[in-house]
Amino acid sequence: MSETEAHGARIGAPILAVEGVSLTFGGVRALSEVSFDVREREVRAIIGPNGAGKSSMLNVLNGFYQPQRGVIRFRGREFHGMRPRAAAEMGIGRTFQNIALFRGMSVLDNIMVGRNMKMRGNVLQEALWLPAARREEIEHRHAVEEIIDFLEIQHVRRTPVGRLPYGLQKRVELARALAMEPSVLLLDEPMAGMNLEEKQDMCRFILDVNDHYGTTIVLIEHDMGVVMDISDRVVVLDYGRLIADGAPDVVRGDQAVIDAYLGVAH
Amino acid sequence: MHVLYLIFVDPFMQMAHAPDLLVQTLWDGLVSGVLYALIALGFVLIFKASGVFNFAQGIMVVFAALTLVGLNEHGVPAYLALAITVVVMLVLAVAVERAILRPLVDQPEIILFMATFGLTYILIGMGELIFGGDPKVMISDQLRLPSGSYRINMLGGFVQLQKIDIAAAIIASIMVAGLGILFNRTRIGRALRAVADSHRAALSVGISLEQIWVIVWFAAGIVALATGIMWGARSNVSFALEIVALKALPVLILGGFTSIPGAIVGGLIIGVGEKLGEFYWGPLVGGGIESWFAYVIALVFLLFRPQGLFGERIIERL
Repeated sequence: MSETEAHGARIGAPILAVEGVSLTFGGVRALSEVSFDVREREVRAIIGPNGAGKSSMLNVLNGFYQPQRGVIRFRGREFHGMRPRAAAEMGIGRTFQNIALFRGMSVLDNIMVGRNMKMRGNVLQEALWLPAARREEIEHRHAVEEIIDFLEIQHVRRTPVGRLPYGLQKRVELARALAMEPSVLLLDEPMAGMNLEEKQDMCRFILDVNDHYGTTIVLIEHDMGVVMDISDRVVVLDYGRLIADGAPDVVRGDQAVIDAYLGVAH
Repeated sequence: MHVLYLIFVDPFMQMAHAPDLLVQTLWDGLVSGVLYALIALGFVLIFKASGVFNFAQGIMVVFAALTLVGLNEHGVPAYLALAITVVVMLVLAVAVERAILRPLVDQPEIILFMATFGLTYILIGMGELIFGGDPKVMISDQLRLPSGSYRINMLGGFVQLQKIDIAAAIIASIMVAGLGILFNRTRIGRALRAVADSHRAALSVGISLEQIWVIVWFAAGIVALATGIMWGARSNVSFALEIVALKALPVLILGGFTSIPGAIVGGLIIGVGEKLGEFYWGPLVGGGIESWFAYVIALVFLLFRPQGLFGERIIERL
């Protein structure tokens, strides 16, 4: 977990990129010829009207969907389609638009599952609760507690996630993704359905994660105010096509973007 | 009045008059209960981790036992045959994952359920084709399973305990304890529970569904093999066992589809209940209670406690 460098040098070289990605489901084009890149440690937003292909884009990035055409570049390697496990192993974590938590488990267990890949111990040792296994469990527990403190969910750590209010569930999901120690975090509408206070909290956490762990963030968001506030660069999708890409101010003034959001301007 | 007397008074008088017979009946019930519980355990494992109700679990019991006995008939030494059967169950688990689960991922549960129907008939066909359809005798002696019985004098009479039944109970306890530890203590157990709750969330943290599915189907295969050996040793190895395996359904309704302790307790209750019913109340209706008693209990549970004794509460949000 690297600390951030001097402020001006925060953003580094491109770490993740898509080039000419097209995705179709039967006859429906979800994405066509989309290309953009994400730089190290930046907060990159993907916006667009409903059905623009934003979630599809995230699903391509972490391997839930395989694009028919185009390549994904991650850390200099080229992929024609990701696999979820490979993506997770290489350090791409994510959260979901409709919360996907392990409902039967406590907050703590949910986040511990995020450490699953980091655990290398022998299952037999774990079953017999041998010292080596115990040490490993404690070590990972430590990392998880740190994340729990970071996201301020200490008070609910033993609660089954199904009983938590929506805003906290979203935070647990973020905690689980963080437990993987991802280098890139994909957040699918982290603030959807939240009230103002919850949104402000979530904004703060996202920026803190970015700042404290140096995690690159790719997020989909509908709230334009939030997007303009926290993102470094913005990609705008409409009907599966990229219509604008740049700094928030530039994108906001772009005629194509205004047309896409408001219908053709008058 | 007489009828009420026969139902509510007379059976209990009989129990009080011959307590040794009551103990014997309870024991017999517990023994068949253990076998029901083992079959139900196989269902629970798969249902917990993949949400699939595996209709083929009963036939997997037959198939495992048949492979073991059939190999031995072809001259393979008993313990080697046992080892090969374990490998066969592993191959089956991998094959099921590749051929059924992977292509049907994200399909509705009913479709996966129907696929296990298909699997049932494939296994029946393969079993008959390779080993023939005749009932076979379990190779208890070659496997050095205990035979004979203990006769315990008690309560003014005696109770007879078959050694093989005691062995079955011990093996079942060990397997349940082992699975309990696997599920609750280990990383794999945590991953199994995660997969049971949400496929895409499990995928997103790098859990391999394929691996988990192979593990649970293999575990269910091993449970099936143990069940087949025990059951085969008490009666014989034939496809008729599959009908008995359907008793696991009421057991699961009683115990809850997702609970390992539930499968055990449910199995024991059904086993004891039907033996007691048969012995004390059976004569009233001319016998035969054993074959439907379990289903009546299940029906009652479906009406009043559909999640079973230990199952997770089903709450549907609208």
